[in-house]
Amino acid sequence: MAEKLIEVRNLVKHFPVYSRGILLKKQVGEVHAVDDVSFDIYKNETLGLVGESGCGKTTTAKLILNLEVPDSGEILYHGEDVTKVFMSGTTEQRLALRRKMQLVFQNPYGSLDPRMTVYDIVSEPFRIHGHLPKSKWDDRVYELLDMVGLEEYHAERYPHEFSGGQRQRICIARALAVEPDFIIADEPISSLDVSIRAQILNLLGDLQKRVGLTYLYISHDLSSVRQISHRVAVMYLGKIVEFADTDELFDRPIHPYTQALISAIPIPDPKKKMNRIVLPGEVPSPINPPKGCRFNPRCTCTESSCRIEEPKLVDIGKGHLVACNETYLSKFA
Amino acid sequence: MSENILEVEGLKTHFYTEAGVVLAVDGVSFNVRKGETLGLVGESGSGKTVTALSVLRLVPRPGRIVEGKIRFQGEDLLAKTEEEMRDIRGDKIAIIFQDPTSSLNPVYTVESQLADVINTHQKSSKEGVRGKIAELFQFVEIPEPEARMREYPHQFSGGMKQRVAVARALACEPVLLFADEPTTNLDVTIQAQVLDLMKDLKTKLGMSMVMITHDMGIIADITSRVVVLYAGRVCEIAPTPVLYERLRHPYTEALLAAVPRIDKRKKLAIIPRNIPNLISPPSGCRFHPRCPYAKDVCKERVPELEEVEPGHSVACHEWRNLSLNGVG
Repeated sequence: MAEKLIEVRNLVKHFPVYSRGILLKKQVGEVHAVDDVSFDIYKNETLGLVGESGCGKTTTAKLILNLEVPDSGEILYHGEDVTKVFMSGTTEQRLALRRKMQLVFQNPYGSLDPRMTVYDIVSEPFRIHGHLPKSKWDDRVYELLDMVGLEEYHAERYPHEFSGGQRQRICIARALAVEPDFIIADEPISSLDVSIRAQILNLLGDLQKRVGLTYLYISHDLSSVRQISHRVAVMYLGKIVEFADTDELFDRPIHPYTQALISAIPIPDPKKKMNRIVLPGEVPSPINPPKGCRFNPRCTCTESSCRIEEPKLVDIGKGHLVACNETYLSKFA
Repeated sequence: MSENILEVEGLKTHFYTEAGVVLAVDGVSFNVRKGETLGLVGESGSGKTVTALSVLRLVPRPGRIVEGKIRFQGEDLLAKTEEEMRDIRGDKIAIIFQDPTSSLNPVYTVESQLADVINTHQKSSKEGVRGKIAELFQFVEIPEPEARMREYPHQFSGGMKQRVAVARALACEPVLLFADEPTTNLDVTIQAQVLDLMKDLKTKLGMSMVMITHDMGIIADITSRVVVLYAGRVCEIAPTPVLYERLRHPYTEALLAAVPRIDKRKKLAIIPRNIPNLISPPSGCRFHPRCPYAKDVCKERVPELEEVEPGHSVACHEWRNLSLNGVG
């Protein structure tokens, strides 16, 4: 069994919702953004995290990097408690951990400072972390640009001179600057053009092989998740509803939500007849999520128990985890 | 052969910006037949949206239709006055935009926005209009139409807003509907709902539809014919099943090979470089700098659309010498 790099244990994050007004502001509810989420990420693998908007994907990413503080639960990096280091560790300890875990954002237009040159952007991590003597900055910046498929002369340019795909390459170079071994890519291709998406997906795959990176790949685009991930977790309203190896999940989806989600993606081949499962209604508000199984109001096969009992993730063999009622799951055992 | 509802011939729409003239649409020709769903596919900057806006004569400044013919039901749209165009827009030709949040006015109830469209084109009593709107809402499957039509756009979710936009476009039962990436901003399960709805409505109303998208999956799903656009020009026109199986243009091949698929994992082919700048587009065939099969002639001469088989044309110098891979 491969080595576990990241372990997430029972992660919970709720955001308070306040009523209007300044003086009479009071809490009227809670957004259950992430509710009891657990998973492991092995070294050198890509874990795909999929779900629709508002299901808690990005919040999970922020929690892992401690950009949001979890309400409860644990995040371990190589067995070390991440939250503890960020809350009570020394600056050195915190920076050391930051160097290991980096983030690539969705929108390369918003995540690059328009007034910094590419050189400044890619070398800023050196300045912050101070792990590289200044004499070596130039070589390292050029090496990084080369790794992501940019040229040396690009270093003196500003972000506005680049296309979306090239900007995303700059973001990846910046993330790689501190030699991390774990990168969270939060929808890295969804704001790019179709013909550019493949470039970035392939780049991420190549870098993984060359540098030995581990990814958490977050996306709502299931086709790209299938392309790049080794294992996939499906989230719905703050919970993981299914977790399996990529091919297993896409070829044999079991949770009714996963089935509907996969069937909803149009296949670029008119000969493939689609048996689309169209879900009724919309994702309910995470402020007062439905009782019992959170998917039950939209599910095709609701049993009475689904409205009362919240199903737990059950292993149905070969590490394929599904959170659904037992009667349904017994059909697949 | 069914009759053409819309004929676009040699359309050129250019934008006169300070940086130079942007050749956004540069010689695009296609027809829309009665009752068909035509797909306009291409990446951003390929001229899909500008083509639709040109037909509606809604090209924003500094853009201008420079050349070409647009005939709708036999009438020349470019010869119409602005007044006459207003009678056509929303009545005979309607459009659904990509982002329902910005295409609906936030300060009016959705009822008054739909009533606007109906009152502009039809004479009807207040009750008549209200009844019609309720009917439309039922038609696009918005639950509790009577109550919801009094609400404001912000009270609707994304998918529901897009349904309102669809209802507004259908208010006067148009003959031709442009749908400009109507599901790009929606979640996949909601996209499935909206696509199903549009398929349904099209059959019920028997109108023609032009589906603008960059998603080859949506094209395969709902269109019967496809126009592939690249950098303001047409690459290939074919019936949908033919396009996926016997495509003839290198760009179409590249586009299909670069898209990941949900049903299988494959090696993604990369289209090198970026989409060209349309102020100074590449000479000859605009795809040649990114084309793996490019020859010298491609840099020099602009390829004309040639017929490969009935109903299937391609603009490529080399199509006879290439054997390209479609799907499957």
